[in-house]
Amino acid sequence: MKYTFEIICMLLIVGLFVLTQVVGNQFYFFIGFVILQYMVMATAWNILGGYGGYVNFGSAGFLATGAYTAVALINFLDVGLVEQMVAGGIFAGLLGLATGYLTLRLRGVYFAIATLALAIILETVVAHWDYVGGAAGTSILPKRKPELLGELIVDRKAGIFANYKEYLFFLMGTVAIISVWVARYIENSKLGRGLNAIKDSEEAAECMGVPTLRLKLIATTISGAMMGVAGAPLASYLTFIDPLSAFNLEYAINAIAMPMIGGTVSWAGPVIGALLLGTAQQVSSLWIQSELNLLIVGVVLVVFVIIAPEGIIGWFRKSRQGSRR
Amino acid sequence: MAIFIDLLLNALVIGVLLGGFYAALSIGLSITFGLLDVVNIAHPTMLVLGAFIAFLLNSTWGIDPVLAGIISTPFFFVLGWLIYQVYYNVFEKSGAESLRGLAFFFGLLFIIEVGLIIQFGVDHRLVEAPYIGQSWNIVIGEEIDVAIPFRLLVAFVVAAIATLAIHAYLTKTFFGRAVRAVAQDMMALRLMGVDPIRVKRIAFAMGVATAGIGGALMIIVLPIEPSLGRLYLGNVFAIVVLGGLGSISGTLLAAVIIGIAESIVATFFGPSWAPAVSFGILLAVLAFRPEGLFGKTAGAH
Repeated sequence: MKYTFEIICMLLIVGLFVLTQVVGNQFYFFIGFVILQYMVMATAWNILGGYGGYVNFGSAGFLATGAYTAVALINFLDVGLVEQMVAGGIFAGLLGLATGYLTLRLRGVYFAIATLALAIILETVVAHWDYVGGAAGTSILPKRKPELLGELIVDRKAGIFANYKEYLFFLMGTVAIISVWVARYIENSKLGRGLNAIKDSEEAAECMGVPTLRLKLIATTISGAMMGVAGAPLASYLTFIDPLSAFNLEYAINAIAMPMIGGTVSWAGPVIGALLLGTAQQVSSLWIQSELNLLIVGVVLVVFVIIAPEGIIGWFRKSRQGSRR
Repeated sequence: MAIFIDLLLNALVIGVLLGGFYAALSIGLSITFGLLDVVNIAHPTMLVLGAFIAFLLNSTWGIDPVLAGIISTPFFFVLGWLIYQVYYNVFEKSGAESLRGLAFFFGLLFIIEVGLIIQFGVDHRLVEAPYIGQSWNIVIGEEIDVAIPFRLLVAFVVAAIATLAIHAYLTKTFFGRAVRAVAQDMMALRLMGVDPIRVKRIAFAMGVATAGIGGALMIIVLPIEPSLGRLYLGNVFAIVVLGGLGSISGTLLAAVIIGIAESIVATFFGPSWAPAVSFGILLAVLAFRPEGLFGKTAGAH
């Protein structure tokens, strides 16, 4: 059927909603949010990195742009979560577009370093911006009785969701599913094939008439916007935000490690990587310190890069081909 | 007015000294990245590792940090040798160095940094030496005097000796010329009967080895903590790219330029803006003049 994937996506969103109504233990939503957030980050990274071959080291900068857009909006207008996420996506998308323009002539490592530079400059600027808390950070109180389209969303008795954890989980899950759908769409579209051509050889692609410049700008914008949407609810989730938590190294390493481990050639790679690595980190963080956790992520990344260049997906494909012969 | 001149003069002097120190941090990357085309983004974090080794030697046995740096240099040489061995066999040989090679070094950076956090925590660490904490005041005129901190002076002198020695080695000796030949034309070198991989391996190990002495200078100049490596990534890459890839003397000049720029910004706008300076310069150079001051084109090759 032509729309099988779309129907599955719809069913998954409905499934997420049912989960929030049935499951009582809030802990699952607490860690589920983080895993889904990583899934969006990994998927967004892969659009530029996996399809186009442009490595972004500054993922945390885009996520933080979304988060701080939300904080500024809360301070300024006191708007709801959905509006924050839309605004976060717009600003991070614009940042992505600007990054694309600034780094048009840069290839490979120079692009990677430029993105890292961007993240550090942003962090310095935010640390000096007192309106959003500066270096010391600021606490965010979620709105009481938020409404969307006339409906009361979060309230213990009358709301759609009993509390904010469930609402945040549902929103992030929906964003994750939409992101994966977008990634899959891009993969099979002209944009995806063009990006693949750029990855193989930018000169050759250009000679064949691929509008490399435009495709790169589209990719940096979409990738940045996704990360911004993923970052916008961070302040509400943590109820506190400071540059250290928004520009955390965890985001930068996981956004790279998850697609690399899952496999960068397909949309399924980042999803598998985020589910495996994200769940493992969340579960193991219960009994080992978070630094050790990150160390394991680093080691797993290096090991996978050395022994499994195509990631987990590559293994499956190889073993399938092997059994056919 | 006298205060302004006093501040400016101090900022300039500190900037030049800082520049010498930065040169010592960048010269290793100038070899591995500029000459050999191996993007060792873990280099600044290796420097921090060197600084922690100096800290350890200093705090347990009271060894002078400069001596500690010299002691740890062979260790880094071996480390670099091993890393290149893996890098060559896994990535360079199959031509897959771009995406996966970057991820490899990013992973290394990460492992070293998190390892240091687990071992030493995130507190700032210092070393003790007789020259740390003192400075030398030169009175120039009324209300104008220049203060030269000994810690910066020591770092500057050691850095100058080390970088000039490496510069001389690369330009004057037979092996140094072989390294630069590898950078220019590997195939031609192979035709001359030289094994370019062996040359690259030794040169890469040399580049990493500078992390020993460079790291020791780092902890002499400032208190260190594990995440400092990522902050210095901007500095060292800005210097190497600004100086022009493959140009050791360009690296020295660029280091002094960045040092002065940082010192002036720190003096007049506050030290917390300093990290943005080198990253800003790096972004500007990459966007407008990727070939740097001297040397071959970066970015668009």
